[in-house]
Amino acid sequence: MWWYVGKRLLQTIPVILGATFIIYALVFLRPGDPIAGLFGEKPVNEGVKAQIEAQYNLDKPFLVQWLLFLKGAVTGDFGNSYTGRPVMELVQQAFPVTITLALMALAIEMVLGIVAGTIAGLRRGGLFDSTMLVTSLVVIAVPIFVFGFVLQLIFGVKLGWVSPTVGGDWSVSKLILPAFVLGLVSFAYVLRLTRTSVAENLSTDHVRTARAKGLSERQVVKNHVLRNSLIPVVTFLGVDLGALMAGAVVTESIFNIPGVGNLAYNAIKRGENPTVVSVVTIMVLVYVLASLLVDLLYAWLDPRIRYA
Amino acid sequence: MPEIATRPGQQRFVAPLDETPLQDVDSVDLSAAPESQWKEAWKRMRKSPLFWISGTLLLVVAIVVAFPGLFTNADPSYENLSDSLAPAREGHPLGFTQQGGDVWARTLYGARASVAVGVFATLFVTIVGVITGAMAGFFGGWVDSVISRLSDIFFSIPLLLAAIVVISIINNVWPERQFWGSVFVVVGALALFAWPQITRQMRGAVLTVKNLEFVDAATAIGASRWKNLVRHIVPNAMAPVIVTATITLGVFIVAEATLSFLGLGLPRSSVVSWGNDIAAAQVLVRSGQHLEVMFVPATALAITVLAFILLGDAVREAFDPKARKK
Amino acid sequence: MSTRSQARAAKKNVPAPGYDPAVDPLLDIRDLHVGFRTSKTEVVPAVQGASLTVYPGQTVAIVGESGSGKSTTAHAVIDLLPGRGEVTGGQILFEGRDVSKARKDDIVAMRGSSVGLVPQDPMSNLNPLWKVGFQIKEALEANGVAKGKEADRRVVELLEEAGLPDAERRAQQYPHEFSGGMRQRALIAMGLAARPKLLIADEPTSALDVTVQKQILDHLEMLTGELGVAVLLITHDLGLAAERADHLVVMYKGKIVESGPALEILQHPEHPYTQRLVSKAPSLASQRLSARKEREEVKAHAVQTAGEIAAELEQAEEVVGDVTRDDVITVQNLTKVFKLRGKRPGQKIDFTAVDDVSFSLRRGTTTAIVGESGSGKSTVARMVLDLLEPTSGTVLFDGVDVRTLKGKEQLRLRRRMQPVFQNPYASLDPLYSVYQSIEEPLSTHGIGSKKEREARVRDLLDKVSLPTSVMPRFPSELSGGQRQRVAIARALALQPEVVICDEAVSALDVLVQAQILELLNELQADLGLSYLFITHDLAVVRQIADDVIVMEKGKAVEQASVDEVFSNPTQAYTRKLLDAIPGGSIELGR
Repeated sequence: MWWYVGKRLLQTIPVILGATFIIYALVFLRPGDPIAGLFGEKPVNEGVKAQIEAQYNLDKPFLVQWLLFLKGAVTGDFGNSYTGRPVMELVQQAFPVTITLALMALAIEMVLGIVAGTIAGLRRGGLFDSTMLVTSLVVIAVPIFVFGFVLQLIFGVKLGWVSPTVGGDWSVSKLILPAFVLGLVSFAYVLRLTRTSVAENLSTDHVRTARAKGLSERQVVKNHVLRNSLIPVVTFLGVDLGALMAGAVVTESIFNIPGVGNLAYNAIKRGENPTVVSVVTIMVLVYVLASLLVDLLYAWLDPRIRYA
Repeated sequence: MPEIATRPGQQRFVAPLDETPLQDVDSVDLSAAPESQWKEAWKRMRKSPLFWISGTLLLVVAIVVAFPGLFTNADPSYENLSDSLAPAREGHPLGFTQQGGDVWARTLYGARASVAVGVFATLFVTIVGVITGAMAGFFGGWVDSVISRLSDIFFSIPLLLAAIVVISIINNVWPERQFWGSVFVVVGALALFAWPQITRQMRGAVLTVKNLEFVDAATAIGASRWKNLVRHIVPNAMAPVIVTATITLGVFIVAEATLSFLGLGLPRSSVVSWGNDIAAAQVLVRSGQHLEVMFVPATALAITVLAFILLGDAVREAFDPKARKK
Repeated sequence: MSTRSQARAAKKNVPAPGYDPAVDPLLDIRDLHVGFRTSKTEVVPAVQGASLTVYPGQTVAIVGESGSGKSTTAHAVIDLLPGRGEVTGGQILFEGRDVSKARKDDIVAMRGSSVGLVPQDPMSNLNPLWKVGFQIKEALEANGVAKGKEADRRVVELLEEAGLPDAERRAQQYPHEFSGGMRQRALIAMGLAARPKLLIADEPTSALDVTVQKQILDHLEMLTGELGVAVLLITHDLGLAAERADHLVVMYKGKIVESGPALEILQHPEHPYTQRLVSKAPSLASQRLSARKEREEVKAHAVQTAGEIAAELEQAEEVVGDVTRDDVITVQNLTKVFKLRGKRPGQKIDFTAVDDVSFSLRRGTTTAIVGESGSGKSTVARMVLDLLEPTSGTVLFDGVDVRTLKGKEQLRLRRRMQPVFQNPYASLDPLYSVYQSIEEPLSTHGIGSKKEREARVRDLLDKVSLPTSVMPRFPSELSGGQRQRVAIARALALQPEVVICDEAVSALDVLVQAQILELLNELQADLGLSYLFITHDLAVVRQIADDVIVMEKGKAVEQASVDEVFSNPTQAYTRKLLDAIPGGSIELGR
């Protein structure tokens, strides 16, 4: 098992290196002078400019810049933003709310999607199944921010059940609606995946054998349909955590949440390169670690997978 | 057998031959017309209500994309602030946007950009994905390693963020783009990080097909590796990719709208698109007024996306090996 | 007995009032009709008017080919019809009560405790995610036989009883750690866990190697005999059925065509279908001495034709190798070692799939390679076909090492040696029509004009006894046997001298298999072909081969002529294979 964990960790290194390289290349090959942007209309003193360039390694060749960034990142130092604040500080401020939001969304989509998907799969063709299928299709087809605004309007403004925006002093209860919105699309995918998987498993040979030995329908579903059906769903959920972190860009802007998505979005708009690269790197890390976790979970769910 | 007493119900029984006529061993059934797998799938698809619903919707969308002028006389890009949020009137059945544009006309003309993004991004992703996936699965070894690692890397960067970065960069370099320029920037930004999904799927399919016996049979005939790949393996690995591509098309259309919401989709100045109009109406929704200004383009977009997803489902069912006759 | 009293009795999972186990049958199926619903109004019949009885402690076999309705009949008894199957008429009386009209709960109560099932495919019938012990324990607990620790103990006993060594440890393992035979033993333990009165054994061994088959069937027979369990045995193998059952029921296209005492049916089959089955069953062929005589004639004819062809070839140009040699293929010290991944990263384990095998194939004759799964026989075939590189050793075609040939010469070699593979569902490209499949080798080698090629395809279809009207059809529209015919036509398109058949008839029904074997024999005589015939079935060997190589774990353990091997096997393993042929002990009436 530890061999396997070690091997998988080693495999993630080229992925992380490659991903940061691509983002670094995209951001830093962008023409234009990042320093000039800092000073706006004011003329820039050449000496000051050179000093700032040296501070941000902008005077060095691209590859060297990237390597220096990596060197810092390994020790948890992502450098300073152009406003002078350490990027790590910005991230530390923004990260907790986003990861809370993403995990809440993950929990919501997982519970609702698996429960609804299982019922739909067991009663394929029934009323519940049809309703859920239509619901999931509508959720996938309508852009998520439309749902965001409508739900915000209904629950936040009209009914007043929740505060329409979150703001700086966030709390878990304030995040429920945004998390629901964020998890909505993935809920539809989890539902569809679970439904198909359950329906497929119901017709397998080993389920027939389980029935033949006299198990009640409840036991058959619990022991022989559900667990087998969850394997593809778990894989999806693992990959999805990364997507949720990125999807937070939209949700956070609707509900005014001071998270990583907002941070990244504003940084991109302002050309705050160090922040952009750092945030994307962290998201890649989250994705990579989540998929490692899923692989381990997968092996726990499915004894056929060897740790090799 | 005298020593075994035959029990009731177990006496020797021979069915009368006229009730159980003997047929030739393994005779060929020539009653039905010959049909290929594709034709067979098409036949099954024709029976599916899913296919007819999605097909009809897509036909309507296609007509609107090709001839939006058939349904309105208004100019979609003409905006007059004195008409801001004005109610419907003669020639303008659904009223006006906040900027004073005709909602109905803008929705009709907006189809073109949204569908173009979906179609071209899907084409790009499918072509790249099929080629790389087929190469990785077929050649294995270092080719597979390189392609798989590359797709891992591109897959690990969140699509939406990556697209935002790419578009914001291009906005800096090339701010003044016309219709197609704008469309292809969005297409490129989405496709650049979305191809690994198709690559992985194609690679898996090729790995399965390549071990089937008819591939060995073709090799034994003397068919070259290349011919084997192009003539036998790729065509047999395509079905799942086609299904994914159809669904992905819908997802790309939604993604374009999301990018527009973030102000990084198709530029509002030069392109009329659903995403732009939905995004522009967000201010109205926040205040709870004139929701229809958002709902009209949003419904158009949702119906189009739904049609593609339903088509994907119909195709999947038609190709489902379990539904296929033996 | 009224229907109402039957229904009332069924509730308690006890025999219906008036049921006398000493006189009445345990299972009494009366005029059963089963259909599969394809739409709201349409039902495709699968079983039409089947009636049969099983008495307590008796073994009854239903014999039939695929699609005959034999499994459907059995599954109807425990209400486990697949998909949209439903009983559309008749009665299924178990201990006097009608199962087909019983409530869902009552059927659940009956499963396991009254009727057990040993399913067909051991690979797919155990849940891969649970330990084997747990899955058997479930059966015990669901039927109220034992609970908790007591159940765990019972599981080990049951596994031991089913003949699984080291049962305590095995119960803690997962299905993927079991071989096919071990899984089938676990499934038998499961089927018998709650001591049912009837055990439905649905082709319990058809997915297993012959020697394992025999062991499992012997064990099952012993167990059910000891426990007094009645068995409803479903099988496609008439010899096997006759050997194991007291009473035989022969099904054909959803109907029962003949039933009665097993030996009587085998010795005096009356229905033409049963007669056909008896005369064609390969497992009973040991009684058919004429097969050997016919084979001699085929061989003589084939050798002569092959000699003529060789003489012609010698005059033609562009021939690689010496075509006048007696041995068309010579295999010398062939070895293949696969590198398998070990437990630790980077660790490689050598697996010798083929170990120093040498043999030769004489022109115009058939050499069979016989072995069980994992014996390396198919690996030999792939190396002879030059689809796989040997680790060491050589394959000589007309005295030329096939590995040394490149480019055009390799193409020429490929023309002269063609394969026919096992799986009729995978050996033809599903997207190619029959015409395209057979024409492909011709166009690949640039033979003839389009018109000439079409004429050639017609000619080839005629050779394999298929009507030319199949040309525009696709593999999915053909049966397994028809697909194999197309595969043979494709193999013959390039007029090869050697055809390598890798389990080419294994997946086919008995009658179809016999038909294809006859076809192969005819083609050999007419075209002077030499066959390398890979099979797991010794019974088939007698019908087609002249020489045999018996392979076990990568080694050729015995090589001789067919007659020698059958009449005087020198190796214990060969004898074991011969003994395992079902029905071998049965005397056939002449």
